[in-house]
Amino acid sequence: MGIFIFKRLIHGLIVILGVTLIVFVVTRMVGDPVKVMLPLESTQEQRDAFKKQLGLDRPIPVQLVNFLKDIARLDFGDSLWQKRPAMEIVFEKLPLTLALTAVGVGLACVFAIPLGIISALRPGGALDRLTVFGSLLGLSMPQFWMGLLFILLFAVQLRILPTSGSATPSHIILPALTMALPTLARLVMLVRSSMIDELNQPYVKTAFARGLPFVRVVGGHALKNAGLPIMTLIGWEVIRSLAGYSVVVETVFAWPGIGLTAIQAIEREDLILIQAIVFTAAISVVLINIAMDFIYKLIDPRLKLT
Amino acid sequence: MTPSLPLLEVENLVVNFYTRGGVVQASRGVSFQVGHGETLGIVGESGSGKTVAVQAVMGLISSPGRIEGGDIRFNGRSLVDPAGRKYVRQVRGKEISMIFQDPMTSLNPVFTIGTQITEVLCHHMSMDKGPARLRAMELLELVDINAPKKRLGQYPHELSGGMRQRVMIAIALACEPRLIIADEPTTALDVTVQAQILELLSDLQARLNVSVILITHDLGVVAQLCHRVAVMYAGRIIEVGDADRVFADPVHPYTRGLIRATPSLEDVTERMVSIEGVPPDLIRPPAGCAFSPRCDQVKEGCRRHQSLTPIGEDRHVRCWCAAQGKVPPAEPALVGKGPRP
Repeated sequence: MGIFIFKRLIHGLIVILGVTLIVFVVTRMVGDPVKVMLPLESTQEQRDAFKKQLGLDRPIPVQLVNFLKDIARLDFGDSLWQKRPAMEIVFEKLPLTLALTAVGVGLACVFAIPLGIISALRPGGALDRLTVFGSLLGLSMPQFWMGLLFILLFAVQLRILPTSGSATPSHIILPALTMALPTLARLVMLVRSSMIDELNQPYVKTAFARGLPFVRVVGGHALKNAGLPIMTLIGWEVIRSLAGYSVVVETVFAWPGIGLTAIQAIEREDLILIQAIVFTAAISVVLINIAMDFIYKLIDPRLKLT
Repeated sequence: MTPSLPLLEVENLVVNFYTRGGVVQASRGVSFQVGHGETLGIVGESGSGKTVAVQAVMGLISSPGRIEGGDIRFNGRSLVDPAGRKYVRQVRGKEISMIFQDPMTSLNPVFTIGTQITEVLCHHMSMDKGPARLRAMELLELVDINAPKKRLGQYPHELSGGMRQRVMIAIALACEPRLIIADEPTTALDVTVQAQILELLSDLQARLNVSVILITHDLGVVAQLCHRVAVMYAGRIIEVGDADRVFADPVHPYTRGLIRATPSLEDVTERMVSIEGVPPDLIRPPAGCAFSPRCDQVKEGCRRHQSLTPIGEDRHVRCWCAAQGKVPPAEPALVGKGPRP
């Protein structure tokens, strides 16, 4: 297990190095970063000075080494927009997105797993049909629109929840709910179909024949076997949210997380902040993938870890 | 409990499956009994209702199947009527346990052997984890598995097919049941392993004095292990009785055909004889004797309903000819009668 984690970390490092190189190439080779970052009316002297400040006047290999050195120290330079270290901004915003993701995906799991199991017990039954219909509805509504509907209902009509921002704990309820619904819809369908598959396996019949209680057979034996696809989807939902899809919800609710910050950085052409955000997203994807592999092994001992 | 009362009585069991194609009458009034310490063999081709009958005993008939008639009594108490539902849960896995056909898929792949044995003990015998593990090791020793301590921590995929079936038997024995139902326990195994598993079963049966229902295709196995045999055809028992006598002197033409279709080691020159035709469709079973369309001695009376008729001590047969006393001359049985366990 130790070797496995070590190997995966090395893998992850390679991936991150790859991302770094792509960022390097894209920002330096494709177009001129100085042109992008400075206002149109700036003079040639200003441009040269700025080029020197960023170290862009040096040969490309030297630039690359310096770039890698800086990244190793998590130093991307100061944000052009906010005039402070880009990483500082990322570390300030990331927890907000993490919280939103955790509550959103958590909510989805809490409802999707029991609902999926109950539907799977009687496929084609009234509850099952209602669940399938509900998740199709959830899947076909655009997330931003859903968010707006929630604002209309809970904040404008009922006036029980705030519309936007992150000032109090109650501010997280609406964005998290909006985040949770599409995830819930996808997850419930997957839990349902995996559980239908597992409940028809011979070992389930055997477990019943041993006289084990219903809850133990369904919630223990069958659910653990259905765990792999379910965990895969949950992991994917977390990655999806951290690597960019939180943008929609964060924009609708003005939730100042990493997604909203990314949009703002793009609008202001703040290349340095964008680099820091992309890099952070890459690291979170790698880390979550390692965690998922670890969880897979816990669920299914047949998997060989290499 | 009176000693004369059989351990298990199945009476006129009717099980129907409501499928899209129609109602499949899987069990059309099956009756049999199993005495204390007795081994009953149930033979018949695939789809004859053997498995459905024993799954009904275990309360394992699930939608679209339904038990729609008859009674199953264990120790004189019904397992079928609504009050019996609770009783089924009490005895299932504890007093009656079951060994399944395919040990590859009958064990849960993501739980250790230890967990799967101890969970039964913890549930039925209210044992704690510690004592349950000790008992699990004892059970693994009982079914001749070496290094039991190591096995407890292993997963099913780490064991061979034969070993997995031994684990299944260990689980079946865990709560000292009084009846073990073995549904084709060796079909999925290698021939050499089959012999070992059957030997283990008969050895345990004699040592622990449990009753066994053995479902099999293999008449040789029945001749070797079973005290009594029931032959099933198209959802009914067509011949039942003392195993030695049924094999020595089969009465129903189907039983005869089965025995004739069994290859024999002594008589290698003769070609294997098969029974002409195919089993009937159980959505629309034929009136009267279900075997009559394939029977070479079919008479007019075979079209009428035929009940299981006694034809001697502990012998019953469902055949119009036999009931009329017109038993056709018996042909010599080809299956050797091995020693009983």
